[in-house]
Amino acid sequence: MGEFRMPSLGADMESGFLREWRVRTGDLVKRGDIIAEVETQKGIIEIEVFDEGIVGDLLIKVDEKVPVGTIMTHILSRDEAKVGIPSVPEKKDESIKEELPREKISISEIQHVRASPLAKKIAADKGIDLTKVKGSGPEGAIIREDVEKVVVEQVAPNAIPERSISDNIRMAVAAAMSKSNREIPHYYLQTKADMSPAITWLAEANKKRVVKDRLLPAVLLIKAVAKALREFPDLNAWWDNGLQRKKDIHIGFVVALRTGGILVPAIHDADKKSLDELMQALSDIIIRARALKLRSSELTDSTLTITNLGEGAVETVFGVIYPPQVALVGFGGITEQPWAVNGMFGIKPILTISLSADHRATDGNTGSRFLTTIKNYLQKPEEL
Amino acid sequence: MDENNELVKLSYREALKQALREALQKDDKVFLMGEDVGRYGGAFAVSKGLLQEFGPERIMDVPLSESGFTGAGIGAALGGMRPIVEIMTVNFSLLAFDQIVNNAATLLHMSGGQLNVPVVIRISCGIGRQLAAQHSHSWEPLFAHIPGLKVFSVGTHEDARMLLLTAIKDPDPVIIFEYTAMLNMEGSIPISIPAVDISHAKVRRTGKDISIITYGAGVYKSLEAANELMKAGIDAEVIDLRSLRPLDDRTIIDSVSKTHRALIVEEAWQSVSISSEVSARIMEKCFYELDAPVQRLGGVEVPIPYPKHLEDASIPQKDQIMEVTKKLVGHG
Repeated sequence: MGEFRMPSLGADMESGFLREWRVRTGDLVKRGDIIAEVETQKGIIEIEVFDEGIVGDLLIKVDEKVPVGTIMTHILSRDEAKVGIPSVPEKKDESIKEELPREKISISEIQHVRASPLAKKIAADKGIDLTKVKGSGPEGAIIREDVEKVVVEQVAPNAIPERSISDNIRMAVAAAMSKSNREIPHYYLQTKADMSPAITWLAEANKKRVVKDRLLPAVLLIKAVAKALREFPDLNAWWDNGLQRKKDIHIGFVVALRTGGILVPAIHDADKKSLDELMQALSDIIIRARALKLRSSELTDSTLTITNLGEGAVETVFGVIYPPQVALVGFGGITEQPWAVNGMFGIKPILTISLSADHRATDGNTGSRFLTTIKNYLQKPEEL
Repeated sequence: MDENNELVKLSYREALKQALREALQKDDKVFLMGEDVGRYGGAFAVSKGLLQEFGPERIMDVPLSESGFTGAGIGAALGGMRPIVEIMTVNFSLLAFDQIVNNAATLLHMSGGQLNVPVVIRISCGIGRQLAAQHSHSWEPLFAHIPGLKVFSVGTHEDARMLLLTAIKDPDPVIIFEYTAMLNMEGSIPISIPAVDISHAKVRRTGKDISIITYGAGVYKSLEAANELMKAGIDAEVIDLRSLRPLDDRTIIDSVSKTHRALIVEEAWQSVSISSEVSARIMEKCFYELDAPVQRLGGVEVPIPYPKHLEDASIPQKDQIMEVTKKLVGHG
């Protein structure tokens, strides 16, 4: 029997609202099926299931907010389904128990706190944990005023639906980037690539394609990075108590939202996809990211992030690594620049490529060779 | 302004006398009996002039025998009269206690509902006139303990003027406590007051921060304290219990549910008192509305001293009420 829990969709996520069950008890599901929609700071995310089996009792009600790790349902084998579906999980982790939905705190559970009866009643009604409230009443007792202060303070972070999605995304970005800057010792490298071979090749290639299938320069960049990563497994990794190399190469691609903020959906197995497949995947995730309709795996699987400023932008970007990844490749805008080849000056379309990397995971030497490899791939677009 | 709503200024004593006169005028079954109520005009001059007006059959001087004349009053009530028995002070009331507890309070029950006792017993009481330990008792709690009695406390001029008139219509024995320390106190009341609903406590001042629950001599002290507390930003509600038996739970609970804090003020010794009972009922009936422990300010548990400063110190005073209130509301 598999347990299906509220997934963590990023290091900054503590809880999520179940907005819709996409299955019913008794449905047969297989790996990758979408089982539910969960609202997080990053919008409504479609949650995939990783077990195969029959859906058990749906333990969480729609619109209920539960902490990450809460069991939402069970995925049962056929035999288990016949025997009957346990309606309550047999045991819960201690850690989860502590984070039970606040509504369930009963007066008896908080009786040891020195608080007025009224304060306790309000706390129970509003789901306030009195152990975290400072009392200002007689002998330090918690009184109504103290609890009401907390109620007011809590309205902000708790009421995700009442805050705009863009504010929430801003907060999520803030949390992830702060963690990165706090924990990851970054080093930065930069190189430049002459993009004339790539641009010429792309123009030719697009002639054979109908408008909607035409390739963008970004696909070449994604493919070049993905292929290079095969040779530098230390950069296709997560840092989590040491270096965890990842078998598959899933490129996180930074999508700027029109309302402000960014999302980083993953393009799965980018190294194995053809340029056309990559183009298709890219169009798909950009549209869905902007509609805030991503899947859980797309939010969590990336092994390296690309930020691509695109046309008309500044030359160089030094990104902040998205934890727990260990590297980020930044592409600036392509600009025409004087360029010396074989002792001759020429004007060339030049792309600045940067690498932000985690010095715990790799050293500059590795990074330098990685960037050079990407550059070389971009010189031979026909081979990508 | 309606003529009837004009205010008239009078003393607490005068208000009590007007009530007596009106009761005697309205119903010729009503008569007053007590020590010195006639020729002397009453120990505290409350019934002064009534003998001349109503004659010796209705204003009756009695021997110094509390048990005897209280028993006579109970007998008259059983015989269809509406006697008002005056016990000069509460300090002598224990001599009549057997008549009150064993006859007045029980006869309706003992007779299987056949004999009710519509007697009104007025008792002067209170502290503050330097009468020393034997003459300064506050025994409201003693009487309020007895099922079968109704016990009222006259804490304002309005009630001094009106309470008796409602009490006299009651079919059962009623004890009324009047406060000698307040007799000369001047107050303003409307010329015409509707009949007083003595079964309910009266909110004398509305407020939102704390309920000060009191009766008798505590009412004006609490009101003064509440008015001064406004300067400290505390808006206190003052409840005059008025009826000590039965207690008006509803008014108390409604008030505490609004203010979430309660202070009970009384002059009687604090242990096993009215405040004990009110506090217990708040706990029983609106515990989850409380934002602070119920506090009580009662009489200090000593024989009431003779020296003025010690006498004052033995009962709650305005400053103390303010101090405790501030602490309770969190401004202490």
